[in-house]
Amino acid sequence: MRNFALTSAPAPERAIAAHGPRREASYIAGGTTLIDLIKLDVLRPHELIDVSRLALDEVERLADGRLRIGAMVTNTDLAHHPLVRDSYPVLSQAILAGASTQIRNLATTGGNVMQRTRCPYYRDVAAACNRREPGSGCDALHGINRMHAVLGVSEACIATHPSDMCVALAALGASLTLQGPDGTREIAFNDFHRLPGEHPEIEHELADGELITHVTLDTPVAGAGAAYLKLRDRASYEFALASAAAVVAVEDGVIRDVRLALGGVATKPWRAVEAEQALDGQPAAISSYEMAAEAALQDAVPREHNAFKIPLARQAIVRALRDAATASEARQGVQG
Amino acid sequence: MMDHTEAPPQDAVEMTVTLTVNGESRPLSLKPNVVLLDALRDRLGLTGTKKGCDHGQCGACTVQIDGKAVNSCLRLAAMCEGQRITTVEGLARDGQLHPVQQAFLERDAYQCGFCTPGQMMSAAALLEDERIGDSDAEVREAMSGNICRCGAYKNILAAIQDARPHSRPADSGGDGR
Repeated sequence: MRNFALTSAPAPERAIAAHGPRREASYIAGGTTLIDLIKLDVLRPHELIDVSRLALDEVERLADGRLRIGAMVTNTDLAHHPLVRDSYPVLSQAILAGASTQIRNLATTGGNVMQRTRCPYYRDVAAACNRREPGSGCDALHGINRMHAVLGVSEACIATHPSDMCVALAALGASLTLQGPDGTREIAFNDFHRLPGEHPEIEHELADGELITHVTLDTPVAGAGAAYLKLRDRASYEFALASAAAVVAVEDGVIRDVRLALGGVATKPWRAVEAEQALDGQPAAISSYEMAAEAALQDAVPREHNAFKIPLARQAIVRALRDAATASEARQGVQG
Repeated sequence: MMDHTEAPPQDAVEMTVTLTVNGESRPLSLKPNVVLLDALRDRLGLTGTKKGCDHGQCGACTVQIDGKAVNSCLRLAAMCEGQRITTVEGLARDGQLHPVQQAFLERDAYQCGFCTPGQMMSAAALLEDERIGDSDAEVREAMSGNICRCGAYKNILAAIQDARPHSRPADSGGDGR
């Protein structure tokens, strides 16, 4: 592994000052993606700024009902936090469906948002990859693309966003707090990751030196049920072929509020807006969910080896919506 | 502790780091890119912790940091200052095997043994974590980051469930063994 300088930062301001506007610097928290990719020579930072000791490890309910999560809260602690388990079960389920115990113990909330694709061509420095080396081409387009995306793709890149946690965040609605040399700003979670377009190397809206300090979840949907369904090649410790996070509120048999996001099939955490619109005011029934699944996948672009993801994602959507709606109706039964 | 340098990174100066391993203070001078796994094996001679994939995929390098199972191949040693590191060499105490070690022995929960230290470090951590349920399915899920290419999973699971009533923290809390 190439060497680098390592600086420890006791406060965000110090970390940001140490990082500066330099392309070759990188923050390190859990390191589970970064160290892996440095070992593969995919990332070659000259300097790492250790932010793992920053006092950003609290989970707190804000006065307006939202939940503010420090960027250094580990995936394990977030998944098991009582406020998350009670009010945002889909987030807990999604995190626990991802990675392994050891990885979740190190990985952080901010780091999970920043995790890189698992595209094997991105991870192989001998392959052509526009994301790793702009302008070099994309070996996945006509290569082994079974794991690749069908939504949000371009002719420059079809790499799948790998996160489970981010799929739940896309469904729940959240904002990120970004602190940088010029102060602090908020950005909607669903505006943070970029589509690859012609510049897959630009993965997100983070400016030079900016640091994610918090993730704040929108207020929970009243009366909603939730479900995260992840379909994969083996039962544990595997990335999704297709996953769906659904939050559904049913009232008198009609869908009053629905949030749906997809993983394993898109180039960014994918909020299925068309499906949500199609479901608004529809009966809570399988026929509605099937219609929503069609809407979610109408723009899907299959490649040689990944066309199976379209029916797989369709089934994931139908089942996740059904399970979330059933949970919503069960809650109302208890309350009524 | 951590030295900021503008020198070209390949010449980055060594850093002075004190690791607390199995209750003992171990001062080291390390390059920043040394991962905990290599520091334990190559610098401290603690070769019980194994290098498998070196990318966080196999779990052979699992150690505990502050009582939590982690992949030591993905953790920079210099980021571990002040944390309590427990390796397989620290599991036994006062000449007594840890209940997980005893159970692995009795259940024959290994063939080649290469993954065994990592398996036992994960097992000892999960038995002390009340957030992880005690069903076979939950144990299997919690252990999925430890691969056994000999396929000894059945006996590994049995050993963990056998050890459950006798469990104690692997982390000696700094009082030696």
